[in-house]
Amino acid sequence: MLGRKIARHGLILVATALLGGFLSAAMVRLAPGFDTDEAALDPHLNSQSIQALRQARTEQHNIFRFYLHSLQLAMHGDLGTSISLKQPVSTLLQDRFPLTLRLVSLGLLMGWAAVMVLVFTTALLRVTAYDLLATFMTGLLICVPAAVLALLSVLWNIPGALAIALIIFPRDYRYAHNLVNKAYSLPHIVTARAKGLSELRILFWHVVPSAGPQLLALAGVSVSLAIAAAIPVEALCGLAGIGQLAWQAALARDLPLLMNITILVTLVTLLANSSADVIGYVWRGQQA
Amino acid sequence: MMRFGKPIAVAAFCLAALTGGALAQGQLRFCLRSEPKTFDPLKVEDDASMAIRYLTGGVLVRLNRQTQAVEPGLATSWKISKDSRQITFKLHSGVSFSDGTPFSAEDVAYTVQQLMDPALHSATGDTFRSGTGKPETKITSPTEISITFPAPVAGLDRQFDQVAILSAHSPKKEMAVLGPFMVADYKPGAAVLLKRNPNYWKTDEQGRKLPYLDSIQLDIQPNRDVEMLRFKRNEIDLINTLDSEYFDKLASGSQNVAHDAGPSLDSEQMWFNEVAKAPIPEYKKKWFRSATFRRAISQAINRNDLARVVFRGHAQPAVGPVSPANKFWFNSKLKPEVCSPDAALKALQKEGFHLENGTLKDMQGNEVVFSIITNSGNKYREHMATMIQEDLQKIGIHVNVVTLDFPSLLERMTQTSDYEAILLGLTNTGLDPNEVMNVWLSSSENHQWNPSEKTPETPWEAEVDNLMRAQASAADPKKRKESFDRVQEIAVEQAPFIYLVNRNALSAISANVQNASPVILVPQTYWNAERLLLK
Amino acid sequence: MSFWRRVACAVLLLVLAISLAANWLAPAGYAKQDREAAGAPPSHAHWLGTDEIGRDRFARVLYGTRISLFLAPAAALISTLLAALVGGLAGYLGGTWARAAMTVIDLFLSLPWLFLLITVRALLPLNVSPAFSVLVTFLILGLLGWTAAARVLCATGSSLRNADFVWQARASGIRGTRLFWIHVLPNMKPVLYAQFWISIPAFILSEANLGILGLGVAEPLPSWGSLLKELEGLVSVGEEPWKFVPLVLLVVVVTSFQLVLSKQDEVAA
Repeated sequence: MLGRKIARHGLILVATALLGGFLSAAMVRLAPGFDTDEAALDPHLNSQSIQALRQARTEQHNIFRFYLHSLQLAMHGDLGTSISLKQPVSTLLQDRFPLTLRLVSLGLLMGWAAVMVLVFTTALLRVTAYDLLATFMTGLLICVPAAVLALLSVLWNIPGALAIALIIFPRDYRYAHNLVNKAYSLPHIVTARAKGLSELRILFWHVVPSAGPQLLALAGVSVSLAIAAAIPVEALCGLAGIGQLAWQAALARDLPLLMNITILVTLVTLLANSSADVIGYVWRGQQA
Repeated sequence: MMRFGKPIAVAAFCLAALTGGALAQGQLRFCLRSEPKTFDPLKVEDDASMAIRYLTGGVLVRLNRQTQAVEPGLATSWKISKDSRQITFKLHSGVSFSDGTPFSAEDVAYTVQQLMDPALHSATGDTFRSGTGKPETKITSPTEISITFPAPVAGLDRQFDQVAILSAHSPKKEMAVLGPFMVADYKPGAAVLLKRNPNYWKTDEQGRKLPYLDSIQLDIQPNRDVEMLRFKRNEIDLINTLDSEYFDKLASGSQNVAHDAGPSLDSEQMWFNEVAKAPIPEYKKKWFRSATFRRAISQAINRNDLARVVFRGHAQPAVGPVSPANKFWFNSKLKPEVCSPDAALKALQKEGFHLENGTLKDMQGNEVVFSIITNSGNKYREHMATMIQEDLQKIGIHVNVVTLDFPSLLERMTQTSDYEAILLGLTNTGLDPNEVMNVWLSSSENHQWNPSEKTPETPWEAEVDNLMRAQASAADPKKRKESFDRVQEIAVEQAPFIYLVNRNALSAISANVQNASPVILVPQTYWNAERLLLK
Repeated sequence: MSFWRRVACAVLLLVLAISLAANWLAPAGYAKQDREAAGAPPSHAHWLGTDEIGRDRFARVLYGTRISLFLAPAAALISTLLAALVGGLAGYLGGTWARAAMTVIDLFLSLPWLFLLITVRALLPLNVSPAFSVLVTFLILGLLGWTAAARVLCATGSSLRNADFVWQARASGIRGTRLFWIHVLPNMKPVLYAQFWISIPAFILSEANLGILGLGVAEPLPSWGSLLKELEGLVSVGEEPWKFVPLVLLVVVVTSFQLVLSKQDEVAA
């Protein structure tokens, strides 16, 4: 049963990633500014050169043909060439993916560690002032623009991963806090208290398992939030990761690069969410 | 003898270091605002690649950015024919590329052939392409070469300032260079490291080998706030183009690090859409195609305020298409536009416009409303557009300011013509009017207000076409100036562009950097990189 | 009503009242450019100083409050309802519905919506009224901002599908939409309130970022988002602390919303 579920998830994962790649290619192709190149504004260029610049993207005009052709090349390990950076996409992704992976992973770990600490202490202490302080702190962080947090990390020489953690922490805390609070209101918790169980035991043996599947779903979603947060952090901290690359590619309407980045991001998002689903399924099964 | 061997060797080394050796002086650090797209000097089209080409490329002649005079480079001397079609260079002997490959006239011939290959579509190559056909190169000796072009090329010698010579024989191709530095390392998205070229041919007046610096670290940093932060923390040594607000902050500090070299060649301008087939209402096309309307708009704009408020006084109101900083080519007879909303309104009223409840309307009763688009992320242009919005409100014109991402703006400007007015700027402008030939020729794609006209649609555009062609083919600088002076007069009379301001060339240089002398020509701060020193 | 909830409600009402009284409190308006006093610090004439082109920052904060305070919660409501509808319902129904919904949600989370927004801008006329542009912006934000919460709601719906009280309700003969709306949806409130609370500042900040694409609030109209963008000039902001006032105001409003909502949540439980 579990094996079938994993296999089905795998198939859906691949199909969705491919669909995501096609949809993103279509969006880029149809968006205004696709056929333009800033270089065409150079007054030194004559009309033949400007025409040649425009012709450079002719093969991308038919998005179906372009996508099929890209898939065919991808089967042989060729992900195409970036129009804006004039380098193989595979090289660009290979060089930059590890940094983003490290940044996002660390950011998620730190963010979730902070979330759990704050959620559990709020749940255990049940002190209004502490709750208010947590609300205020998360409210402050959620109101600060991501670009400002990234700039602060440069100003105070703190790692980019911490900036990502600070971006995802307030969002995840609010959900997690509400989910844990909701779980506390379940009948079996009242029973557990009446039976004299300690607060720690109630929290870790009864509350967290009840809220577990939803917390897992939240953790899965926070991966895509962290990837989105990586864009301003990498761009401002001068970190050569996928986020910085994605932003440059978006501004340049770099179709081969954007399509491959979207497929990569879709795969990562799907993996994260699918893992959360599978673990949640197992968890619920065990609970039952 | 052995006893004295070591001290003698040390003394000899010191002597060599003092006289014929290099003056090793550390690593200069500054930022590039974008990723370099290429290290091939012939394919350069972006600022970051241009910076690397300047620092690594060896050129036959160099335009001295300070004196604006053309000086010998790899060429010891040169001669231009009377018809400006042929140039003969005499070259230095005994020069090698960074990898040791010898340099000769063959490399110059190879570079010119590559540059002028029509399939390359190089901006540098197109500046030489004044007529159809390929240039001919004739090597008379390893140190002498003649290059003959199919048609006259105005300012022929100056154009070679942008032509970095490639090796015809080196296996390293474009990575073998003749300039003071060579690319040693490149971390995509992060930094480019340039190291001293050990085979650089130039020495200083004392016979010391150039460059003085060991290396240059170029960090890729698009964000100006972060660049400024890093400068303040001494993580970088210079900022090549500094924002006005940061200039004032640095200038108020104790160290003399902020530099204002005066008005640059760059200009900010706006123009109206005059394309006949533009998808905008016909009544608006009528307004925009009226020179009186355009001049009235120009008169209503307070340029002094733009310079004072947006650029904090580090800009000058623009007079015409050429900045006064371009001393030879600027038409000194032109006078700055005086801001006068009353005079603007009077002029519009003569054209049939009238004010009704504070709103300007045309003869048909259409409210005068139009949009100005500009590129987002450029806060100067956004502020200028907002200030122009208020200036025009005083004469009853309602302006909508729309900021767009650059590709979207570019598409409207160059392909769909779906815009009403645009506010943009001309940057990295050169001195010679030939460099903006494609802006003034009515048939050109870069004739921004009405590109690619089959025939000139107005008599004044026909006159401008003739004048630009005349100055391009004239050999006598005086005749060229006469023609181009008239072009500037027409530009002011007809106002196809409404010139707003000429920004000052602002830069920041750490007190640790010696021999720096910021100028207005690009690259403002490191134009003499081979002679920069660090304390 | 608890003390803190009363305080939060009072703060929100006060902010609302001040924004509505902007015409009287800042009669000069948000667009007037005092060019002689551009970038000036706080003074008697300009309580929060002026921006880079001489517009009174206090007036801009007040007028910006109107736009952000009304439209951001409206957009947040749209995204919350969509999250409940798509995620919550799919999770409750389970099986193929849940799988399909989760696939769509994952796809939504990965796609570069930037290009859709650029296309929307291209389809709008250049001379669109600022009010229309703002409405369209927040509507788009609402329509795109539901995905993260929908995923969590899907998991919540799946958990609730087999909860005791749901079985009890089914045993009592309650089925279909009534079961979902009356019994299941109220138990999703913790996530819905969290989604609503997070969306308000997120949409306010996103609106400012959409200015890059030509959407958002057009000049000279102010918004909290555009005022908060001043903080990105971090090098100078440290010396100009009055630029933090919009941030303080936003934090106060967001915290007040949370206090109001959290007390609601406890009552529901």
